[in-house]
Amino acid sequence: MDMVTTFEKEPGKKHHSLRWRFRLTPIRLVFLAIAVAAIAVILVRFIFGLGATTNLNDQWPWGLWIAFDVLLGVALAGGGYGTCLIVYVLRRDKFYPIARSTMLTSLLGYIVVVLGLLIEVGQWFNFWRPYVSWGHTSVLFEVFWCVSCYTVIQILEFCEVATEKVFKGLHKFLKKAMPVLLIVGITLPTLHQSSLGELFYIMVGKENPLWWSVLLPPFFLLSSFFVGAGMIVIESSLAGKAFNHNVEIPVLRGLVRISGGAMILYLILKIVDMAVKGTFANAFAFDLPSIMFLTELIFGVIIPIIIAFSSLSSTRKGLLWFGILDVAGVILNRFDVVFTGMAKYLNQHGGHYFPAWTEFIVSLGLVSIACLAYLFIVENFNIIEHRGTEAVEGTTTENGDYAVTAK
Amino acid sequence: MSKGILVDIPKCIGCESCSVACKLWNELGWDPQEKNKTAEDRAKEPNKGLWPDEWTSINRYDVKKNGSPVGRYVKTQCLHCVDPACASACFSKALKKLPEGPVVYDQKLCVGCRYCMMACPFDILRYEWKKAIPGVSKCQMCPSRVTNNQETACTSVCPTGAITFGDRDQLLAEAKKRIKDNGYVDRVFGEKEAGGTSWLYISDVPFEQLRFRTDVTTKSLPSYTEGYMKLTPFVGGTWAAVLAGLYIYNNKNKEPLE
Repeated sequence: MDMVTTFEKEPGKKHHSLRWRFRLTPIRLVFLAIAVAAIAVILVRFIFGLGATTNLNDQWPWGLWIAFDVLLGVALAGGGYGTCLIVYVLRRDKFYPIARSTMLTSLLGYIVVVLGLLIEVGQWFNFWRPYVSWGHTSVLFEVFWCVSCYTVIQILEFCEVATEKVFKGLHKFLKKAMPVLLIVGITLPTLHQSSLGELFYIMVGKENPLWWSVLLPPFFLLSSFFVGAGMIVIESSLAGKAFNHNVEIPVLRGLVRISGGAMILYLILKIVDMAVKGTFANAFAFDLPSIMFLTELIFGVIIPIIIAFSSLSSTRKGLLWFGILDVAGVILNRFDVVFTGMAKYLNQHGGHYFPAWTEFIVSLGLVSIACLAYLFIVENFNIIEHRGTEAVEGTTTENGDYAVTAK
Repeated sequence: MSKGILVDIPKCIGCESCSVACKLWNELGWDPQEKNKTAEDRAKEPNKGLWPDEWTSINRYDVKKNGSPVGRYVKTQCLHCVDPACASACFSKALKKLPEGPVVYDQKLCVGCRYCMMACPFDILRYEWKKAIPGVSKCQMCPSRVTNNQETACTSVCPTGAITFGDRDQLLAEAKKRIKDNGYVDRVFGEKEAGGTSWLYISDVPFEQLRFRTDVTTKSLPSYTEGYMKLTPFVGGTWAAVLAGLYIYNNKNKEPLE
């Protein structure tokens, strides 16, 4: 089943030729199938509307696509700006090896978010309106500007990588622009990660007080920062299998500890927030919101902190557990804010929402497309083996497996 | 002068002339499904009987007053907040508050994000889920009439004086007078709720029993996020400057990264 597809331009010239390759493995075929199904559903959505493809209703105007594609997509892509900050601004050079792959994941995450939003909004052809309408009182206005600008910045940052292979003449210009791109590219996500939390602040009395807080912006910002390490651990272990390349444990452990530090701050803020609002009773009421809230904090924050600062994080297994709990905790948090936290209010007079299968397909499809794009880019550009030394070029080994050699 | 409408709940007999007038003036469609519903049916629906083509609905609640059962009809529609959450939440300015009182929607400007629906403290906005190119729908408070010194379509046909159009300030004084004279519940719903609304309600039975959101904040909703939005450019600017400083400092004596 290991089929190797190699596209070669100008096959005559061996050393200066552009090689594009994409291996079709069974798992990639599954991704492809889901992507095709999702595109079919998306077509139906554009022809027949949101009612035909979603279970959204007037009580639940926001559903899975907002929670998963947008809120979670942006949060899980948070590793990009976090890594930029640590590597390029603070110059912790030991983390340089993971910089490119993390920034690529972030870019693809944002592309999923932007595509998801275009599918989600009713009048997608009006997407540009906020640029000219200038509705600056809306928190969404801030999110919209920052997410769209940051996506463009990330594309330019990736062009710096891409021009090592194609359009090489532009490389030096992009390289010069990198410091500016990096600084703007950290500022914008800091702002919109916070704003995604602030979006829910206007829903006072609707959002459960366990999640509704004046500290929503720092909660969203910190969690998007500490989920970065979790994503990097998971991604590097998956990519490690796919590309037979492992990131060294000390690098991952260092990241996990930085992330753990942010988690401690987050936990302290959560406790302070509960004390100020007087919601300890709600947190320990052991009804559904309380159980979800405690699960989020215990499994998504406290246990990961213990792993990070104990000997557990010295093994790959421990690191992987950190990653899984960290990411699952943030997933749970975003779903709690959109669903668990709103359910009591929105369902009080018989409202109901559970995502339609078509909603699941589209969300999974967008992720599949991102995974396929990731695999394609990693196989064709200098991402994973990137150590900041010499240019590397991929070659195909005898048995058809992909390997990379330094020249 | 900002206009408003006073709803004297006990005076309403549930004739639904207002709903018909609304449909005719705003040229709204007639959904066969809605035709057979009674005011009691609508009161039990999650959306209070408001749909994209039903901008107003009369809901009947069976409650007890002094131990004896009574029915009360509540006219339901957008309350036209003095400082509307929906307009502040709209990043494309498709929703705006007119100085005369109405909160109006323009589909041409709408992106369709539905943040307005999430932000609305009274859950009034409806979406055209069935359409391929949908818009938000809600009572517009007859802006073309109100801005031309005419009263709204619904108030113009009310036979019992249950709904009265006028200056909001005068109506508020009138409401307080009626509360005193008729021994109503001592609360004008809409005076302070969500920072005040153009529609004002008075009732002889507790508002809680009529599905009013009585625990809604009395602060204007836009005021919750106003400070954050004002602060954002400064926080962003400062943060970018700090980052630039750190970048220069940390890269000073080091080899550039590749």
